[in-house]
Amino acid sequence: MNIHEYQAKELFAQFGVAVPKGVAVTSAAEFEGALAKIDTSGGIMVKSQIHAGGRGKGTFTDGFKGGVKFSPTKEKALENAKAMLGNTLVTAQTGEAGRKVQTIYFTEAANLGKRPDGRDDEYYLAILLDRATSFPVIVASTEGGMEIEHVAHHTPEKIFKVQVDPAVGLQAFQARQIAFSLGFSGDLFKQCVTLVTKLYQFYWEKDCAMVEVNPLLVTKEGKLLALDAKVSFDDNALFRHPDVVALRDLNEEDAKEIEASKFGLSYIALDGNIACLVNGAGLAMSTMDIIQHFGGSPANFLDVGGGATKDQVTAAFKIILGDANVKGILVNIFGGIMDCNVIATGIIEAVKETGLKLPLVVRLEGNNVEAGKATLAASGLTIVSGDSMADAAQKIVKLVNAK
Amino acid sequence: MSILVKEDTRILVQGITGDFGARHARLSLDYGSQVVAGVTPGKGGQVFEHAGKKVPIFNTVAEAAKQTGATVSAIFVPPPFAADAILECFDADLDLAVAITEGIPVRDMVRAKRAMAGRRTRLIGPNCPGLVTPGRGDKSSGGCRIGIAPGYIHRRGNVGVVSRSGTLTYEAVWQLTCRGKGQSTCVGIGGDPVNGTSHLDVIKLFNDDPETEAIIMIGEIGGNAEVEAARWIKAHCKKPVAGFIAGATAPAGRRMGHAGAVIGGAEDTAAAKIKIFEECGISVAATPSDMADALLRIWKG
Repeated sequence: MNIHEYQAKELFAQFGVAVPKGVAVTSAAEFEGALAKIDTSGGIMVKSQIHAGGRGKGTFTDGFKGGVKFSPTKEKALENAKAMLGNTLVTAQTGEAGRKVQTIYFTEAANLGKRPDGRDDEYYLAILLDRATSFPVIVASTEGGMEIEHVAHHTPEKIFKVQVDPAVGLQAFQARQIAFSLGFSGDLFKQCVTLVTKLYQFYWEKDCAMVEVNPLLVTKEGKLLALDAKVSFDDNALFRHPDVVALRDLNEEDAKEIEASKFGLSYIALDGNIACLVNGAGLAMSTMDIIQHFGGSPANFLDVGGGATKDQVTAAFKIILGDANVKGILVNIFGGIMDCNVIATGIIEAVKETGLKLPLVVRLEGNNVEAGKATLAASGLTIVSGDSMADAAQKIVKLVNAK
Repeated sequence: MSILVKEDTRILVQGITGDFGARHARLSLDYGSQVVAGVTPGKGGQVFEHAGKKVPIFNTVAEAAKQTGATVSAIFVPPPFAADAILECFDADLDLAVAITEGIPVRDMVRAKRAMAGRRTRLIGPNCPGLVTPGRGDKSSGGCRIGIAPGYIHRRGNVGVVSRSGTLTYEAVWQLTCRGKGQSTCVGIGGDPVNGTSHLDVIKLFNDDPETEAIIMIGEIGGNAEVEAARWIKAHCKKPVAGFIAGATAPAGRRMGHAGAVIGGAEDTAAAKIKIFEECGISVAATPSDMADALLRIWKG
């Protein structure tokens, strides 16, 4: 689960991680009140709140450039905020459709920018799971404010990593290693050790999947601040964090994916025109792959899980049919333990209930498969049977392309 | 031989009184597997009955192992309590803990995996279909079935199968069985980012197993476990290996059902993994329908 930057910073503040002061609002009527609550003397950052990166370099669909803007005056901040709120922001991560900005975050911008000696004081800090070791890893770099993938590729020597042993947690020497690796000394060194320690505590206690601060910044006054914050949580652990669940913003999620989750379906929309309905995540991914292999284009990932009941299949068909791009459906079920005949009956009922008109190819395999195929054939519905995944994929591609 | 489990392996089931655990305990008993104990805290002394068989239930894993000689646990405990169930297996010095449970918090697994270091217990999973060593009876009955795989699709033979995914494993197994090629052991290592046993761990076991003559390795986008295994295969494996990678069409940054199946960087895409498989001499299946045939192109059995 992802949260907004302003929510992440509120959590940071609770854990003692230093952040610039800011106020988030959802309507233009609140703009002036919000600006009155912060120190605007050094300018204001106006930040669009969407669950996607690349906001600063993004462009709104009406042509307005920049989803994050430094505004030297209150008047300019109001102007920028009005241009952003309710507008749709397209960034490298949102896809062409972009995301509608429904929250604006104003933060104090005093003392930001380069130090008097001209040194660029932006750093990178992240905490996530290292899958190779199954340990949390803290990643730090002196190259803040840039894409970390770019830094890792071109100047890997500027990336510093510390693995945290979960048996004992983050040790003081490790926090010092990070602070030294970033070149800090004196008071900034102490601030960095504290910030890293608190940030790790937050990551661990709140079951984060990832915490990223880019940039981490030294102000002209010599204060270390998390200028941006990107946080995602482990969905499996949400049951023990009701406070985190309360931060969920359904506006940022796909309505069809939310609907699917109510029926125990895992659904992800894609750009193609052949929908698929499969049991098992690995098989579902492979079904998408095989559609593409035979010249088609998958419209979605849809895993019905271990079962494939009539209610689930009906719900899945309804979700699939909500996508206007879909021109055909491929059902691929390996009925290992479930009876294929029961699955076939469920599919027929779902077709009738949804009034499905699109080409439908069903590939059943496993337990009692002959009876299942016979049931489909006797249904009087135009359901095409596939004998293998390859056969079924070729059939649905042909049917869709023929239209 | 086979790897990890044999026909006579004695199995205990943690969570045998829950719907999920009970259902699969029955199916394992029907398959002829030696389910000898159940564990549900607070229900010790009760008996799990199925088709004339009586399986005693214990309060703790240690007690179940001591009383029945069970050496392997199948874990069907709900996610909030599953890591605790895994740790209890380590404490009881079992040979093997197989965690079927889906949805265990990553932090719990990070801790559990750390606690496994220095212990003799091997963990398979979590979020996995378990493992099967097929039997020699009708439709492979009499084998050792731990987890949720359909038993009858198997056939005893000489191909080792390792995969993260359940249904994709069944697909490969069924293709082999339909072509008259049996399996030594089929292992589902699970789709989570933190798991107890990797592709490479299983490949090493297959490489050392005299009964296993050839291997199918099925992987997915995300992480570098398949790549690690492929490089080891190139350097050390004496047996022919076929492979498949799912997720060629998955968009970057989206999690595809399995918690581990998400593309993070350039190295963990399907295309990158397939290229490395080919470089390492693995016969790559072009589609999931081609997994058994990809093996048979390099191994005549």
